Amino acid sequence: MPFKPFLLFAGTLFLTFLGLVFVTFMIGRVVPIDPVLAAVGDRAPADVYEQTRIEMGLHLPLWQQFFIYVRDVLSGDFGKSVLTAQPVLVDILRVFPATLELATVAVLIGLVVGIPSGVVAAVYHGRWPDHLVRFFGLVGYSMPVFWLGLLGLLLFYAKLDWVPGPGRLDIFYEDLVPAVTGVILIDAALAGDWEVWGNALSHLILPASILGYYSLAYISRMTRSLMLEQLSQEYVTTARAKGLSETRVIWVHALGNTAVPLITVVALSYATLLEGSVLTETVFAWPGLGLYITNSLLNADMNAVLGGTIVVGVVFIGLNLLSDVLYRTLDPRART
Amino acid sequence: MTMARRSPVNEAGVRQWLLTETPASPRQAQLGRFYASWLEFRGNPTAMIGLGIIAVLLLTALFAPLLATHSPTAQVLVDRLQPPSAEHWLGTDELGRDIYSRIVHGSRITLYIIGIVAVIVGPVGLAVGTIAGYMGGWVDKVLMRITDIFLAFPRLILALAFVAALGPGIENAVIAIAITVWPPYARMARAETLTIRQADYIAAVRIQGASSARIVGRHVVPMCMSSLIVRLTLDMAGIILTAAGLGFLGLGAQPPLPEWGAMISSGRQYLLEQWWVATMPGLAIFTVSLGFNLLGDGLRDVLDPRRGGA
Repeated sequence: MPFKPFLLFAGTLFLTFLGLVFVTFMIGRVVPIDPVLAAVGDRAPADVYEQTRIEMGLHLPLWQQFFIYVRDVLSGDFGKSVLTAQPVLVDILRVFPATLELATVAVLIGLVVGIPSGVVAAVYHGRWPDHLVRFFGLVGYSMPVFWLGLLGLLLFYAKLDWVPGPGRLDIFYEDLVPAVTGVILIDAALAGDWEVWGNALSHLILPASILGYYSLAYISRMTRSLMLEQLSQEYVTTARAKGLSETRVIWVHALGNTAVPLITVVALSYATLLEGSVLTETVFAWPGLGLYITNSLLNADMNAVLGGTIVVGVVFIGLNLLSDVLYRTLDPRART
Repeated sequence: MTMARRSPVNEAGVRQWLLTETPASPRQAQLGRFYASWLEFRGNPTAMIGLGIIAVLLLTALFAPLLATHSPTAQVLVDRLQPPSAEHWLGTDELGRDIYSRIVHGSRITLYIIGIVAVIVGPVGLAVGTIAGYMGGWVDKVLMRITDIFLAFPRLILALAFVAALGPGIENAVIAIAITVWPPYARMARAETLTIRQADYIAAVRIQGASSARIVGRHVVPMCMSSLIVRLTLDMAGIILTAAGLGFLGLGAQPPLPEWGAMISSGRQYLLEQWWVATMPGLAIFTVSLGFNLLGDGLRDVLDPRRGGA
């Protein structure tokens, strides 16, 4: 990347990040919970209260407090969680792999099903496969994810007994493999323990499919409209006239040309999945970042909530910008 | 604007009056265009289904006390967790309340939420977008930078954080959703304003001595309305789902309000034995957001010919 666009890019990134931290800072200010009281308890004498207030820097003007806050956040210091009595960052690093595992498998499902169904819908434009795919996608857009999760549990766990219940592992499989990455599928594979791996996968498959349905709906809709655009281009006619098979024209020539915008679509849907996992994790008792944030919320553990918000926000902003950069680097027409 | 002519009485006459190529008044032209859009919209069966669902929602909310068979809050503990029957069409919940009546009354809460969000988001987005687009320069830069920052945030998480700060409750949930929803509207309004401000009629108004405020308020904003409405309709489904999600997490409407998401949440612990408690309200959420999605798709095809036909 040339120097000037890079500077602009870094500036945007930094400004957005600063905005995010500013918003969480303001949220932390308007919260009706007194952070001093939370630290010293409501029986503390006035002088202890005052001293703690000064120690926490709350007597400083707001802009100075903001400055200190930004500095702390940049050094990874989100304060301590009241609930676990551990630094919020430690907590987040512990729970994040679970969310990453869930969202990654979900996006893979979205890709594997979404792209072919989008292509089929475009090829059969206006006919029943198209209507079917569109209807399926529309249903996905309209369903509350937590409700679909409950229905899934009801059907596949309670009635059919195809999948195990909530959680990441059966209780007797827990802590059998050493946590290297925190992603159980990888950890179990590293340890060569395929029994644990299989159990983890069976626990993962239902929440990941349900979350994956949402990315599937989005990916197939985008694939469809991108493919419709490509199939009306003249090079497609040329390829057909040349005598290439229809399969090759559709799946190699046309689909190949949608690859660049599709990458941004996938990056964006990955970002929304990280966020959408909040409700799914609650339903499936999946010990990830989403469950951590909601639990902290219900316990008025503001440091943990704001820390989690910043981490999700940073990942979200990062993926958004990454998709932007990828688009620019991969598509020669977008380069200037 | 005055009515230039009395509407003809018979139906064919009305039709002709509406579809005439030479309207005699601005109102006739406007009504005629509206009618032509309606004719096109009516030809789209899925959009009509969406419109039907929304109409049912509106009527349900309007006549909730008449349609409900029981009180939405009266607890009859003897009748708790009854399966669907002739007496309780959709069964009863853990406090013996009639689920059907609660869903019917819950439609009012849903309408209230999306109504208030629309009332906040529309004007805020329009104001930011049109001012940025019309003024240009540093005003534009500052406003759009703020919009971009909000646009880059994860919506649900941010709404969660706001509700955490403001405290749970239906009003705070509405505010939190509105804060996270407005940025795309500002972007859209700005893009439209940028093309409108070049138009000759804006130059004409300016020469007549109209102030910037008047030009933006009276001549730019009305032009942005149709895309605003389409976008709002399409976003309604998402707003309903977010509100239900907040309710499900216990951060939205508080008990005993019959909010659909909160109803699912309270039915969750009885899911395996008394499945109807959690599944019925979800069906209502699903139907309504499907309705808005269908309606929005149809409206987009009619009002935005560039993206139509697909």
